[in-house]
Amino acid sequence: MLLIPCPWCGPRSEHEFGFGGEPAVRPQSSASDTEWADYLYMRTNPKGRNTELWCHSAGCGQWFVMERDTVTHAIHTTREMGA
Amino acid sequence: MRYSGWQLLKQGLRGNAGWQPAWRTPVLQRSYDAIVVGGGGHGLAAAYYLARVHGLKRVAVLERGWIGGGNTGRNTTIVRSNYFFAESAAMYDFALRLYEGLSRELNYNIMLSQRGVLNLAHTEHDMELMTRSVNAMLLNGIDVELLDAKQVRDEVPLLNFSPSARFPIHGGFVQRRGGVARHDAVAWAYARGASDLGVDIIQNCDVTGWLREGSRIVGVETSLGRISAGVCAMSVAGHSGVMAEMAGFRLPITSYALQAMVSEPLKPILDTVVMSTATGMYVSQSDKGELVFGAGLDLYPSYAQRGNLPTGQAIVAAMLELFPAFRRLKMLRQWAGIVDVCWDYSPVIGPAPVEGLYLNCGWGTGGFKATPVGGWLLAHLMATGQHHALSAPFDLGRFTSGMLVDEAAGAGIAH
Amino acid sequence: MTGTRLGSGGRIDRGQVIPFRWGDTVLQGFAGDTLASALLANGVRVVGRSFKYHRPRGIFAAGVEEPNAIVDVRIGDRHDANARASLVTLQHGIVARPIAGWPSVTRDAFAALDLLQRFLPAGFYYKTFMRPSWSRYEANIRRMAGLGRASHQPDMRQFETRNIQIDVLVVGAGPAGLAAARAAAASGRSVMLVDENPDFGGSLLWQDGTIDDRPAADWAAATTAELAAQGVTLLPATTAFGYYDHNTLGLMERRATAAPGWALDRLWCVTAGKVVLATGSLERPLVFPHNDRPGVMSAAAVLRYLRQYAVLVGRSVVITTNNDSAYATAAALRLAGAEVAVADVRTAPGQAAKDATALGVSVIPGSVVTDTGGRLGVRWADIGPADATSKKAATRRVSCSIVACSGGWTPVVHLFSQSGGKLRWDAAASAFLPGIGRQDHQLSGGMNGVTSLAECLASGHRAGIAASGATMLAAPRAEPAAVETPLQPFWFVRIPGARQWLDLQNDVTVKDVGLAARENFQSVEHLKRYTTLGMATDQGKTSNVNGIAVMAELTGRGIAETGTTTFRPPYAPVSLGGLAGSRHGLLYSPRRELPAHGEHLALGADMREYGGWMRPACYPRLDETTAAAIRREASAVRADAGLFDGSSLGKIEVCGPDAAAFLNLMYYNNVENLKPGRLRYVLLLREAGTVYDDGVIARLAADRYLLSPSSSHTAGVLAMLEQWRQTEYPAMHVAFHDVTAAWATFVVCGPRVRDIMASLAAEIDLSDAALPHMALADGHVLGVPARIARVSFTGERSYEVSVPAGYGPALWRHLLAQGPTPYGIESLSVLRAEKGYILIGTDTDGLTMPADLDMSGPLRAKKVDFVGRRSLTTPDGVRADRRQFVGLLPQDPNFVPPVGTHAVDASRKSLGWITTSAYSPTVGRSIALAMISGGRARIGDVVELFDRGRVSQAKVCAPVFHDPAGEKLHG
Repeated sequence: MLLIPCPWCGPRSEHEFGFGGEPAVRPQSSASDTEWADYLYMRTNPKGRNTELWCHSAGCGQWFVMERDTVTHAIHTTREMGA
Repeated sequence: MRYSGWQLLKQGLRGNAGWQPAWRTPVLQRSYDAIVVGGGGHGLAAAYYLARVHGLKRVAVLERGWIGGGNTGRNTTIVRSNYFFAESAAMYDFALRLYEGLSRELNYNIMLSQRGVLNLAHTEHDMELMTRSVNAMLLNGIDVELLDAKQVRDEVPLLNFSPSARFPIHGGFVQRRGGVARHDAVAWAYARGASDLGVDIIQNCDVTGWLREGSRIVGVETSLGRISAGVCAMSVAGHSGVMAEMAGFRLPITSYALQAMVSEPLKPILDTVVMSTATGMYVSQSDKGELVFGAGLDLYPSYAQRGNLPTGQAIVAAMLELFPAFRRLKMLRQWAGIVDVCWDYSPVIGPAPVEGLYLNCGWGTGGFKATPVGGWLLAHLMATGQHHALSAPFDLGRFTSGMLVDEAAGAGIAH
Repeated sequence: MTGTRLGSGGRIDRGQVIPFRWGDTVLQGFAGDTLASALLANGVRVVGRSFKYHRPRGIFAAGVEEPNAIVDVRIGDRHDANARASLVTLQHGIVARPIAGWPSVTRDAFAALDLLQRFLPAGFYYKTFMRPSWSRYEANIRRMAGLGRASHQPDMRQFETRNIQIDVLVVGAGPAGLAAARAAAASGRSVMLVDENPDFGGSLLWQDGTIDDRPAADWAAATTAELAAQGVTLLPATTAFGYYDHNTLGLMERRATAAPGWALDRLWCVTAGKVVLATGSLERPLVFPHNDRPGVMSAAAVLRYLRQYAVLVGRSVVITTNNDSAYATAAALRLAGAEVAVADVRTAPGQAAKDATALGVSVIPGSVVTDTGGRLGVRWADIGPADATSKKAATRRVSCSIVACSGGWTPVVHLFSQSGGKLRWDAAASAFLPGIGRQDHQLSGGMNGVTSLAECLASGHRAGIAASGATMLAAPRAEPAAVETPLQPFWFVRIPGARQWLDLQNDVTVKDVGLAARENFQSVEHLKRYTTLGMATDQGKTSNVNGIAVMAELTGRGIAETGTTTFRPPYAPVSLGGLAGSRHGLLYSPRRELPAHGEHLALGADMREYGGWMRPACYPRLDETTAAAIRREASAVRADAGLFDGSSLGKIEVCGPDAAAFLNLMYYNNVENLKPGRLRYVLLLREAGTVYDDGVIARLAADRYLLSPSSSHTAGVLAMLEQWRQTEYPAMHVAFHDVTAAWATFVVCGPRVRDIMASLAAEIDLSDAALPHMALADGHVLGVPARIARVSFTGERSYEVSVPAGYGPALWRHLLAQGPTPYGIESLSVLRAEKGYILIGTDTDGLTMPADLDMSGPLRAKKVDFVGRRSLTTPDGVRADRRQFVGLLPQDPNFVPPVGTHAVDASRKSLGWITTSAYSPTVGRSIALAMISGGRARIGDVVELFDRGRVSQAKVCAPVFHDPAGEKLHG
């Protein structure tokens, strides 16, 4: 079980969080089909350190950015959106 | 060496000293006509069909660890072809038909047990969706039957039929040809078959990069040195993203841990495979007597081949909700595989965005049942450079066109 | 009959006799016994049969590693089909029986299989049973396999789960664990100590030793009492079964008692600041020919049965060993009066052997047991040279009833390995020891390769200090250990053809490993899977290291190179009910109830679950079928008036200066130009362009909206809005609040609706001019705050009246008293189908796009880049053959084609399917809604319908069957 340091609430159990995927930059609606597909469907899915969006959904409700290792599940950092 | 009851008698009388290696330990060559990266069931099957169907002589399978050690050896062994869309049904049923002949073709008992796969409906709405699915399957030539609650009870009396059950049973549907097979044996059988046809199976060979000539991939860098190849393919399930990154492209795939568990062995108590969409649970009893079960994915992407406790508890709870008698039993083992979950829950089979490389990935939680067809289609692509009619809908290009094969959405599950 | 109870000694209470059943006989034991010790004390030898060859099996070990004594145990209504006799505390009412053997465990007809063993080597089943097919054989093989017989009765006990955070968790309460807990407790931090046995002390309870000048067992008891007094949480009889991420461990407690209806098993999910692993080590067998007979036991277990339970397992004992530890057993047996011979593979066994010899133990250096005999238990053992390579080697036959063996000690590194730690082979210790760890833990005692009592105490003490920061405390002292003669690795006897067991439960022998090596199953994982070595219910605790070592020797590799398998949870089997804990029934998946739930029950409503809510399907009268009730209710709405509980419909308030702009970026439809007080029907798409939800949006004020998502999507819509606001549009000032549970909402509709509304004494102007269709107003009804909206899902003039939830039942009763017919979801479904109103998730699925529903206006009119917009113009989005929403009129007006029926073309290819169907009392015929490929172009065509072989015809029509102009909305 992960103990996730919410930037707002401190360390809380994994139960309280939702995983929100890799951050992606949303293209303009003029994007080509390929650019749109890349944003919508393609993932980096790294083995090792990963940047992810999470939400403290059963807590403060805030989205935040987490650096997490996908092999060891160690959490390196969490930070507020935009920070 | 042919396996048979007579051979067992003969070898038994000679102290079992005469058995030959199931697959050779070959001398690694520096060049092959075709290289398949990944020695799981799919990769071994691809190599076998490259040799048997397409007559390729110089084929190698490169496996980082031991063959069949990834998801092939970690799944819950269910085989079925009860899919909604015509494209999926055609592909998975081809796999099931290959499975039906596999023990004899490969002269290796993969213990295909067509004991039926029963999906449960817990509400009238579930029944309506199931009717839609059953009709789709029947129209696609897949033999399934819709069952009412009483028929389900006759098949699996241990289910929770109490009126106060949290998930009451309204009925279900069954595919009689579905069932289970011995997962390890599938890998070993393909390995033996491929090895006999001259395929080199190289274990403990870690692929660390792709060799290029211009934009084309012409081989692999490995822990055992460089190996060149006429054509390469990757069939590495959860590690597809890693292999793709080395080749410079991305896939619509995320790797998750999928847990499975077994109970202690018991005398026969469950004769079919039971699945429930509402809880995500599936359970069957192995021939050895263990209840083999699983449910949903862990919450977050993972390359660790181990499950976490909260999801493990949820999986157990899901099964017990349907089988309250099993609450007295004990869990013997809990493990996880790294599954390559594709955005639309269908696989990606076809040419990679890089020339000289073919993809067989994205099988997610359902790769085992597709082992023969994954190998068959990948072999076809590698040998001919063209899609087989069955693999065309599963090309990576579908994500650009938007023409996904979204089974979950098709079955009425919004995700 | 060999085992006997001594007249004195042991940690049993001879004053408390406990009778128990074993098969057909009634035996007696004492309080403090385990089922295993009581069986041994009664001279029971055969307790089971091996899995494959049905060879007789006796008790081998005294703890969790026991491979053989798997028995069926019932105590009252509790049942364990695969209980490990060595872990079952003897108590009143135990009914135990062997799980194998027909007609009995001592006379098993299937034992004949053993005669065929040479034809049934490892993995034989992969090589045969292929013709005609496996299914021909499978049923019989399944019947042969399996261990216990599970009960078919539902288990309705309640299970409890505890979640806890603790500063220091110490796993294992042997010498190292007690010393660690003692040190950690001195720091003042919160400490928890767990051990799988009912009594703390581990080996201190049965091995010699003096700690801080008192007998070791006394020190253990005193230390335990001290820890309790210091507030340390003590969990005896608790298995730490899994070590998960972030220092979380799963513990399964087996309580001695529990409240009626509650299970004894209790799960603890512990997140620890620091973990001290003091899990000890297990003795592994020394492998020799015919080492599987009842009476072949672990030497340490023999000592434990003697000391802890006062059971002398035999009067003449041969011990075979490769290390010093078995001499403690030899000495203790001798002192208890047994004849003891030790076959020590080492040619110069050293001081321990000398001490034993002095006691009258006969020690034979450089020797090993080369064979045993006895049909249902050991009667003799041959002792021959350790390097014997032939059955003809000079041996001495010794008559004995027990062969005790010790092949060295295997550190319990399971939890360490589960935590992500790497193991290394230590040749000196002849064991896999912890290497690099990955989590925040301290290692101590036997699991870390420590062997002497003094060092166990010291290492535990150090670990406790390191984990807690405690200072100023002296470590417990024990006498330094005598100099040991090093263990000599010895993996099996080199007599070709001899059957030497590695895995006792699964019947895996040295020959099977040889076969695996020959057939190229040389990887440890292949070995395990091919031979089933280590796959039994003991998960290889006694067999894995020996099996790996044999494979290493046979393939000419080192053990380090051969490697080890991965340790997976659980350390020992744990109760499934306990694992699920309180996640059962409504705590597994809650159901929501409407504010007026009780009113519906009182009316005899047929309550069903819809998207997590319990809602009335319809209100059947006595002797009325569901179908008749639905027809009656639907007709009443059209002819008179109806009353519907719509409280589950979502209500999300959106407010802030950017509310309009934000919602316009979210929704498919334009919501910016909506006037305050007005409503609009809207769609919300996913980014992939498919319809996620529909609903009505109301503008309450310039900066305030009220959304009404579908009942089952409210939480999802709220989450989606939050995600987009926070991650995509963080600069926008807008906030969301789910107020669904705050309101009770009732829908009154039908031709007579105005009379009923008049009864509400609404302080709201209900005139059409003030409150037209698709408008809403706030005010009071019957003196309570209310909101009235004119929106219709039936096609009739319709009012939604919302009041604070607590007033719901009263308002329901008031409205009902005005005479409308209450109608449920199923009746509503008929009414909305007549009008062609879609139900999300029923008429749509995860592939439906707005144009498929003939709602493409907003895409043309709207300028902003709303969610999902770009996906609507991909090649898939503009395909001509997309499935479109249409109506169907079955050719037979009395036949209602079931939902899920497909429409097919001439070649029986699916064109799409029926999403809703009903008999419409209003139209007087069957009707259906469907998603049909290119459906709008087919209007007027007749299509063939297919439902499980049954074929019928229907005419495609526009999806509206009643009042197409919508006049009734205003009627």
